[in-house]
Amino acid sequence: MPDSQIDTLVAEALRIAAPDARIEPATAVDMPTAYVDRDHLVEVCRLLRDAPALQFALLADVTAADFFPAEPRFEVVYHFACLGSAYVTVPGASPAPARRFRLKVRISGADASVPTVTGIYPTANWLERELYDLMGLRFEGHPDLRRILMAEDWVGHPLRKDYPVQIRKDSASWEPIQLSAEEFAENVRATRARAHKAAEKR
Amino acid sequence: MSDIRTETMTVNMGPQHPSTHGVLNLVLQLDGENIVSAEPTIGFLHTGIEKTAEQKKWQQVIPLVERMDYLGAQSNSLAYCLSVERLLGIESQIPDRVVYIRVLIAELQRLASHLVWLGTHGMEIGAISVMMYCFREREQLLNLNEMLAGFRMFPSYIRIGGLREDLPRGFHAAVKEFLDKFPGKLEEYHKLLTKNQVWILRTKGVGYLSKEDTMAMGLAGPMARAVGIPYDVRKTFPYLKYQTFDFIVPTHTDGDVYARYLVKMEEMRQSVSICRQALERITPTGVYDCGDYRFVPPPKDRVYTEMEALIQHFLLYSQGFNVPKGECYVPVEGPRGEHGFYIVSDGTNRPLRVKARAPSYVACQALPKMINGGLIADVIAVIGSTDVVMGDVDR
Amino acid sequence: MADVHIPILTTTVEKMVQWARRSAIWPVTFGLACCAIEMMAMSCGRYDIARFGAEVFRGSPRQSDLMIVAGRLSRKMAPVLRRVYDQMAEPKWVISMGACASCGGVFDNYSIVQGCDQIVPIDVFVPGCPPRPEALIYGIVQLQRKIDRSRMSA
Repeated sequence: MPDSQIDTLVAEALRIAAPDARIEPATAVDMPTAYVDRDHLVEVCRLLRDAPALQFALLADVTAADFFPAEPRFEVVYHFACLGSAYVTVPGASPAPARRFRLKVRISGADASVPTVTGIYPTANWLERELYDLMGLRFEGHPDLRRILMAEDWVGHPLRKDYPVQIRKDSASWEPIQLSAEEFAENVRATRARAHKAAEKR
Repeated sequence: MSDIRTETMTVNMGPQHPSTHGVLNLVLQLDGENIVSAEPTIGFLHTGIEKTAEQKKWQQVIPLVERMDYLGAQSNSLAYCLSVERLLGIESQIPDRVVYIRVLIAELQRLASHLVWLGTHGMEIGAISVMMYCFREREQLLNLNEMLAGFRMFPSYIRIGGLREDLPRGFHAAVKEFLDKFPGKLEEYHKLLTKNQVWILRTKGVGYLSKEDTMAMGLAGPMARAVGIPYDVRKTFPYLKYQTFDFIVPTHTDGDVYARYLVKMEEMRQSVSICRQALERITPTGVYDCGDYRFVPPPKDRVYTEMEALIQHFLLYSQGFNVPKGECYVPVEGPRGEHGFYIVSDGTNRPLRVKARAPSYVACQALPKMINGGLIADVIAVIGSTDVVMGDVDR
Repeated sequence: MADVHIPILTTTVEKMVQWARRSAIWPVTFGLACCAIEMMAMSCGRYDIARFGAEVFRGSPRQSDLMIVAGRLSRKMAPVLRRVYDQMAEPKWVISMGACASCGGVFDNYSIVQGCDQIVPIDVFVPGCPPRPEALIYGIVQLQRKIDRSRMSA
């Protein structure tokens, strides 16, 4: 697959469709890559999914790399795949050729937040939660941004470069909770209400 | 009757449970036997593999990465090695024999993983003898692993730049013996389950996920193929010369647990066919690495006699090799779907970032969609059909 | 009663009770990671654990005697481990299976407890990554010998 030919193909299509998004193609050995600024990220993702020439139906991964102490510190990386004739995102359109694409957003360490793409690709929900948990990146507009892999009360973001690999910490054991009957009933009621609200939202 | 007060019951299918395939926590709200809502909690097996991998040299990451998805272990190390080799630029120097041996190992690993899936899935639904039979077949495959590298589950046989060492004596005969016997066993499983009324009642119509939902949730493996999306990384984005092999990608349209079962059983049969084709193309002895001694160790007899080989061996095992700056992601069709490793290098001998795209992670996210509205007994069937491995979910 | 350590009245009763206890140790399913697969292989046809009495893996800790901690224990899972151990009825034993459960294994980092003996008391450590099913059977046989030698009230 001649990378020099496809390198700029998707980036060009995006530039034509979204002229004010600052899209700069980058070189990579495996798939066409482009940088976009975070204000236009959602618009570009919507184009990637819905434009009949692009039709990137699968968001394979949302991840990030920490380049501490260099700035901009974080690079949030989105991997897309167009499945060709296996899946058509625009009903009635002819399938786009199967290919992969990588989109990157540079953000600084002091202002580490990116708009969420959950509205376009629902699979990004947990993928972005993992990045919040392990890297401390905030995703504006995310429906449920809380820790997912670490314990609820963990302090710190382990995958950052300034977090140590080994920590010496006594592990929590289990202490029986002392609750009165009213507190217990109130807890049960609150859990049920939250679950009902979540079920209705779906 | 309308003034009877009813309320839902909260049941915790906790991290310690015989049927959750590891440490998955599901908090279920039940209305009688129907599920009103389900909330999965993961992270009970979080091992920090990605952080640990940043401290190791490139070749030391392979055993770590094999223990992520512990059922499809050599698929993991294959995906990692493919990513590193593409970033190094030695992809074209890998000889054909190595490529075909890797294909053989990947397909045998797919068989081993599907056997565990079928065994545990059957056992949880109630067909316990299926588990005994599947593990009996899996023992033959683990014997093959043991012949390769002395280790049953994590041989670390696939290395960056080739393989660990040449194939052992008697490997061809052993694989051929297994491949001759296995289709008969597969027929046995079909006879036990496929037209079994109890099996069909428990799995047909259960856990349905529509085409749009499957693609929106990022599921790209047997789950997508069971609902009519014929996407297989080996056909769409071929790697390891899969375009020269003759196999079909089984699909189904129902999108329920029974459809996923049929798809995976047919995948096993196709894997046997690919293994036979690969075995014909492999000579019993021959070249087993790319020959570039910056990345693979030179043969031991040369290390003992030549100075240059000794230095190359020493450098490799003391400081490793440097990978040029850049990033790479090569997707691979694992037993659970598309997975791969996104690696970022800053030019040194350790990775800057290793991120695994885990198919089980997105499958866990899609669990509530499949479970809500069903019965609590169907939760077990659905979790079994999604084939989640918690090592891959939590990493 | 005086501090007499030589049981006279209960000695043959003790031998019988300990023989009964060690011949039918029922484990609780506590498979965490890769070692759980080898534990399942141990209970299947080739390395049949049923011939040693430990055939039934109970789902509930209240009905089991043995907890085989099979796999890497993360800090998030540690309270769960302690809670399941506390729910088991006496007499109970724990086998730590694998390198990760015994000492943290390959993973010396922020997220793995370096040895589950920080959380629960362990009777037998089985090394390996993962240990062969035969190694785990040897561990269970060692535990049976330990039970034979120990006191009834212990």
